[in-house]
Amino acid sequence: MKSDNMSNLIKNGAIWGFIVLELIFFQIAGEFWSLSERAFMDLDNMLLLLKQSAPIGIIAVGMTVIMINGNIDLSVGAIYALCAIVMLDSMSWPFMESLGDWAIPLAWLFALLTGAVLGLINGIIVWKTGVDAFIVTLGSMLGYRGLVFMYNGENPTYHLNWTMVDIAEWDIFGVETPALVFLVVALIVWFVMTRTVHGRNAYAVGNNREAAVNAAIRVGPHMLINFVLIGFLAALSAVTFYSGSGSVNPNDGMLFELWAITAVVLGGTKLIGGAGSIVGTFGGVIAIQLLRKGLGHIGADTATVNLVIGLILIAVLFLDRQLNVKGKEELKV
Amino acid sequence: MAEKNLDAVGRFLARQGILVAFVLFMVGFSLWNPRFIDIDNVFGVIRSSAILGVMALGVTFVVIGGNLDLSVGSLMSFSAIVVLDLHENPAFGPYLAIPAMFAMTMAIGALIGFLVGYLRLNSLIVTLGMLSAIHGLTLTWSGGQNMDIANQDATWFGVFGRGTALGIPIPVLMFGLLAAVLAILLAKTPFGRKVYAVGGNGTAATFSGIPRARVVFFTYIISSFCVATAGLIQASRTMGAQNTVGQGMELEVLAAVILGGASLLGGSGTVFKTVIGVLILGFIQNGLLLAGLEFYVQFVVTWVIIILAVWLDIATKRGKLWSAIA
Repeated sequence: MKSDNMSNLIKNGAIWGFIVLELIFFQIAGEFWSLSERAFMDLDNMLLLLKQSAPIGIIAVGMTVIMINGNIDLSVGAIYALCAIVMLDSMSWPFMESLGDWAIPLAWLFALLTGAVLGLINGIIVWKTGVDAFIVTLGSMLGYRGLVFMYNGENPTYHLNWTMVDIAEWDIFGVETPALVFLVVALIVWFVMTRTVHGRNAYAVGNNREAAVNAAIRVGPHMLINFVLIGFLAALSAVTFYSGSGSVNPNDGMLFELWAITAVVLGGTKLIGGAGSIVGTFGGVIAIQLLRKGLGHIGADTATVNLVIGLILIAVLFLDRQLNVKGKEELKV
Repeated sequence: MAEKNLDAVGRFLARQGILVAFVLFMVGFSLWNPRFIDIDNVFGVIRSSAILGVMALGVTFVVIGGNLDLSVGSLMSFSAIVVLDLHENPAFGPYLAIPAMFAMTMAIGALIGFLVGYLRLNSLIVTLGMLSAIHGLTLTWSGGQNMDIANQDATWFGVFGRGTALGIPIPVLMFGLLAAVLAILLAKTPFGRKVYAVGGNGTAATFSGIPRARVVFFTYIISSFCVATAGLIQASRTMGAQNTVGQGMELEVLAAVILGGASLLGGSGTVFKTVIGVLILGFIQNGLLLAGLEFYVQFVVTWVIIILAVWLDIATKRGKLWSAIA
């Protein structure tokens, strides 16, 4: 029993220990190798890090819920791009232009609705056809990306509105809007997952779908809601990012799904479902962003960042399995 | 009697549905536009599908063995960059560059096979990690630069991508030959049967004395061999490559394999059906282009076709159109 607690503690604390190690390493290494005058653990730097982790982070929060359900969503990158295009393009529709700055909330609404509808389509297909979510979202990843290209060909879509940029760069004690949105989203979904019936059902469905059905959980609608949620969050991620940047390429958001899944897995969520937490995912997102930023800080290039993140993901998987195997052996006795 | 016949027809459709759909599609398009079935067009389509197709052959083994391989696109970029770079290196030249590239690509395949087979790590995450790690390797190797063969007329290297033999493009021949060899390996040898056994029920396979780890290991070796071949065709065809030449192909490859009817749970699928899946994707793309539509319309069509194909497959197996999920 005691060793069980121990191994749980190691598992849940591992991501935070890793973050602390990263901080210390890059702080010390930065003293030697960094070209920058500023320390790595500078407050501004950390706030910037939180802001930069927001686009993937917001999606990763939704992905956690999906993966706790035992599903996966590979289409988030395409949803992200499509919502960004809808938002920026809608700003230049004739009736929107006549609204002045009031067009902004309406454009956001269009983007968020688009995301929710795309998620709804995924969810309905998963529910009604019984095809595995991996295949359904693999298909819609291609399909939604096709829609992105059909919308505006291979051209970038842009619309710069300074009021919108101001809102995107608004800050409270240095925490800018994207970081704020990320924190609030994580908090709300954390609350839903730990304190509500929906959250409890999410774990139940992921753990044992048969048992969940027997416990009178309506699995189909439950999963549908989660797909709508992740579609909405992918749209929200696009809204927070593109309000500031004002320009989107049809290839934007590619591989976002893989980054989000990496963050979620680093945070301790199981692919088979039934286990995982928003707090862990938050840690995973921060850990990845720290790694990218830290390696950049000490002068490493993208190549090294890709290499290191890939190897760490595999190492985490290996360590996690070692800990789990231990637990199972005890169970067998 | 008639009912029995209908039943037989239904069963035939359920088993060979993808083939029937393919034939219907080809006939329909040919009637609509005779240029579609023109021999030059057909070879053109197969040649442009060859790279995706060769990769799909290898992934078929991995998927039947009950695993996934998301690293093939990234690995293909790696092999294309490596073979081009070594080709330009006076110490290697084309004769040594190709075997050296195959050795390196298959060494990475062996690493993945070791992690998934012997260490029994989840293949989705391992190959996801490898996708990123291999991309890092590729960038390190090339320094982020595009690779090009400087003097393209002085080398025979282009033969794999551009040459023809007996009027058939070499990539088509390579694809066909590899498909034939792998089809025999999968359907007619003890190894092939073991791949099905391991993918169908790993525990049962282990208890029947099948070395699960070794079989999985070799599915990844086969996959990496196919990826190296695809990288060779790609590099030879364009005589140059970007670091991201194979980016995103892992999911297209998987789409072709699934379209061919292989289950992601493992234990089912054939090489022949994967070839059909690849050809369907290729001919759809071609047909849409001939119809004057932009290339990206095929993404949407592919989406609909994949979902319909898998749905019908599942629906015929469970005997009901809609799922039983409450």
